[in-house]
Amino acid sequence: MSEVHPRIASRQRVMVTPEGIALPVTVASRGARAGALFLDLFFIVAIMIITTIVLVSVAGGTAGLLNEAKEGSPAAHALQFLMVLWIIAMFLFRNAWFLFFELGPRGATPGKRITGIRVAAHDGGRLSVEMVIARNLLRDIELFMPVILIASGGVESGPGWYAATAWFLLFMLFPVFNRDRLRAGDVIAGSWVVEAPRQKLQKVMSAAKIGTADAPARTAKYTFTEAQLAVYGEFELKTLERVLRDDREKSVESVYLSIAQKIGRNDGWGDERTFLQDYYTQLRARLEAGMRMGRRKADKFSG
Amino acid sequence: MSAVLTPASAAIEAAALRSDRFRLEREGDWKRLEAIVTRMEKGRLRRVPDEDLLALPGLYRTVASSLSIARETSLDAATLAYLESLVQRAWFIVYGPRSSLFEWFRGFIGGGWSAAVRGIGFDIFIAFLLMAAGTVVGWLLVSSDPEWFFSLVPSNFTDTRVPGASRAVLHDSLFGNQDQQALSVFAAYLFSNNAQVSILCFALGFAFGVPTMMLLIHNTALLGAMLWLYHGVGLTLDFVGWLSVHGTTELFAILLAGAAGLHVGRAMAFPGEKPVLQAVGEAGRRAANVMAGVVLMLIAAAILEGFARQLVDTTPARLSIGGFMLLFWLAYFFAFRRRGGAGA
Repeated sequence: MSEVHPRIASRQRVMVTPEGIALPVTVASRGARAGALFLDLFFIVAIMIITTIVLVSVAGGTAGLLNEAKEGSPAAHALQFLMVLWIIAMFLFRNAWFLFFELGPRGATPGKRITGIRVAAHDGGRLSVEMVIARNLLRDIELFMPVILIASGGVESGPGWYAATAWFLLFMLFPVFNRDRLRAGDVIAGSWVVEAPRQKLQKVMSAAKIGTADAPARTAKYTFTEAQLAVYGEFELKTLERVLRDDREKSVESVYLSIAQKIGRNDGWGDERTFLQDYYTQLRARLEAGMRMGRRKADKFSG
Repeated sequence: MSAVLTPASAAIEAAALRSDRFRLEREGDWKRLEAIVTRMEKGRLRRVPDEDLLALPGLYRTVASSLSIARETSLDAATLAYLESLVQRAWFIVYGPRSSLFEWFRGFIGGGWSAAVRGIGFDIFIAFLLMAAGTVVGWLLVSSDPEWFFSLVPSNFTDTRVPGASRAVLHDSLFGNQDQQALSVFAAYLFSNNAQVSILCFALGFAFGVPTMMLLIHNTALLGAMLWLYHGVGLTLDFVGWLSVHGTTELFAILLAGAAGLHVGRAMAFPGEKPVLQAVGEAGRRAANVMAGVVLMLIAAAILEGFARQLVDTTPARLSIGGFMLLFWLAYFFAFRRRGGAGA
C-alpha cells in the first residue's frame, strides 16, 4: 500500500502477527471514533428511556392493584422489585454496554460496528478481558463525570463550570496529542482502536477481459516489445490496475493516450480497453518475472 | 466474474500470469476462511459447523502463507489488499478474546482476582494508611470545632445525627429499624451509588493518583466525624457494630478501588525501567481485575446493608457478622493461592 492518500498514510501502522507476518493496520480516524461514541450514547439513552417507559407502565398496572390491596401485599413487593430492576438496569446500561459488546468476536460496540472500527491490543497480542474492563472504567471520568458536572453546574456556577469544561476537554482532546490516537482508557488498558478491514476479492486480471466476454487473454491481441514494457514500474502497474478495475471510459481513454504516446504506439485506437488489458498483463508478467529473480522496479524513474 | 464461474481447472489454464494461477489455485481456501470468519464475526458461533471451527487455525496459516508468497511474487494490488484484510480479520478471530465472559469469570474467582489483589499489595498498604489518616483527621477536626461536622458530612446525611443530638436519638438511628420498607430498593441504590464512587476512585488514579488520595481521605474523614459523634454519647461500640455489618466489606472494597487507582497513578509517575505506556498498561490491566472484584464486593456489601443490618439488631451479632466478612475477604485474598500460580 504505497500510494495511499497522505492523510491515511499518517494513520498506517504495521502489526506483526505471531507467525511473523507484517500486516498493515489503519488507526481509526477521530471522526469515526467520535461518530461511534455518539451512536453508542444515542443507543444507550434510547434503551434507557425504553426500559424506563416499560417498567413505569408495568408499575402503573401494579399500582392499580395496590389501591385495592393492603400495604405489604404481593403487589407492594412487586413494585419494589421493579424499582430494584430499574436501578440495576440503569447501572448496567451505563457501565456494561461497552464491556459486553467489545468482548464479542468483533471487538466493537454497535456504534463502532457502524463506523467500521474495532478495539485491538496495542502490542499485537490478544485483546483480554482485563483490557476491555480497564479501558471502559476510565470512560467514567473521561465522559460521564464531567458531563454530569457541567450539566448540574450550569454556566452560572462560574469557576466550577470552567473546571468541569477544562476536565472534559482535557480528556476529549487526549487522542489528538498522541500518535496512535489513544484516549486515556486506551493508555491504561494497552489497547487501541483500528479500522476493521473489509475487502472483497476482486476479479482475476489476466484470465478474462474485464467487462467483455470471457475470451482468454492468453491470445493477446497486442504484443509489446521488451523496450516498450521497460518504460514503467510497479507504481504505474498499480495505477493501471485501478483504472482497469474501475473501468471508467474517460480515464481509460486518457491513460491509453498517455501510454500509447510514451511507448510510441497508436494501433489500439478505438479498442483502448483491450490494448490496456494486454499491456497490463504483459507488463505484470515482466515485472513479476523480475521479482522472482530479485529485480524490482518501483516506478518509471527507477532503473 | 467469468473466470471464477468457469470450472476451476479451466480458469487456471486460462490465466496467463503465473501469479494469477497461484491465486486461482488457492482462492477456494481463501473464500472458505472468509465465509467462516464472516459468520463468526456476526456472532453466529453455533451455526458454524464443527469441521469449519477445527479447520480455522489451519486455514488461517494457509492464507497467511499465501499472503507471504503473494507479496514476493504478485503485483496484483487488489488481491494483496484482500489477503491482508482477510488475514487481519482471521487474526482477530484466532487471537481474539480467548475466553468467554463466563470462562474468564471462573478463572477470575478461582485465583485471578486474589492474585491481582496480592499484586497491588504495596498500594493497598498506602491506601490503608491514607484511610486511617483520614479517619483520624476527621475525628480531630470535629473534636476541635464541631462546625466542621457540617462541612464534612453531606446535608442529607444529617437528619438526626448532628452534634448535640441526644443519646436516645442516636441510639434509635442504630437500632429498631426492622420494620423499614423498601429495603431492597435501598440496597440496589446503595450498590449503584457505591460502585460508581469506587469506579471514580479508580479512574482518578489516572491523574497520578492524587485525586484518588484526596477522595479516600475525604470519605474516611466523614467516618471519623461520625465516630466522634457517637463516641460523645458513649455509643462507639454500637456504632462500630452497626457499621461493620456491611462496612468491613464496603470499606475493604473502597480500599481496593483506591489502591487500584494508586497503582495506576504510581505506574504513570514512576514507570521504572519499562516504557511508560507498557508500565501503565500492565498496571491498568492488573487494576482492572481488582476493580471487577470491587464491584462484586459492593454487591455483597449492599445486600448486607440492605438486609442483614436491619434484621440483626444486637451489637455482638452485628460485630460477629462484620468480623466474619473481614476474615473471609482476608483469607480469600491472601491465604487462598492456586498452586502453579494463576497469573495476575
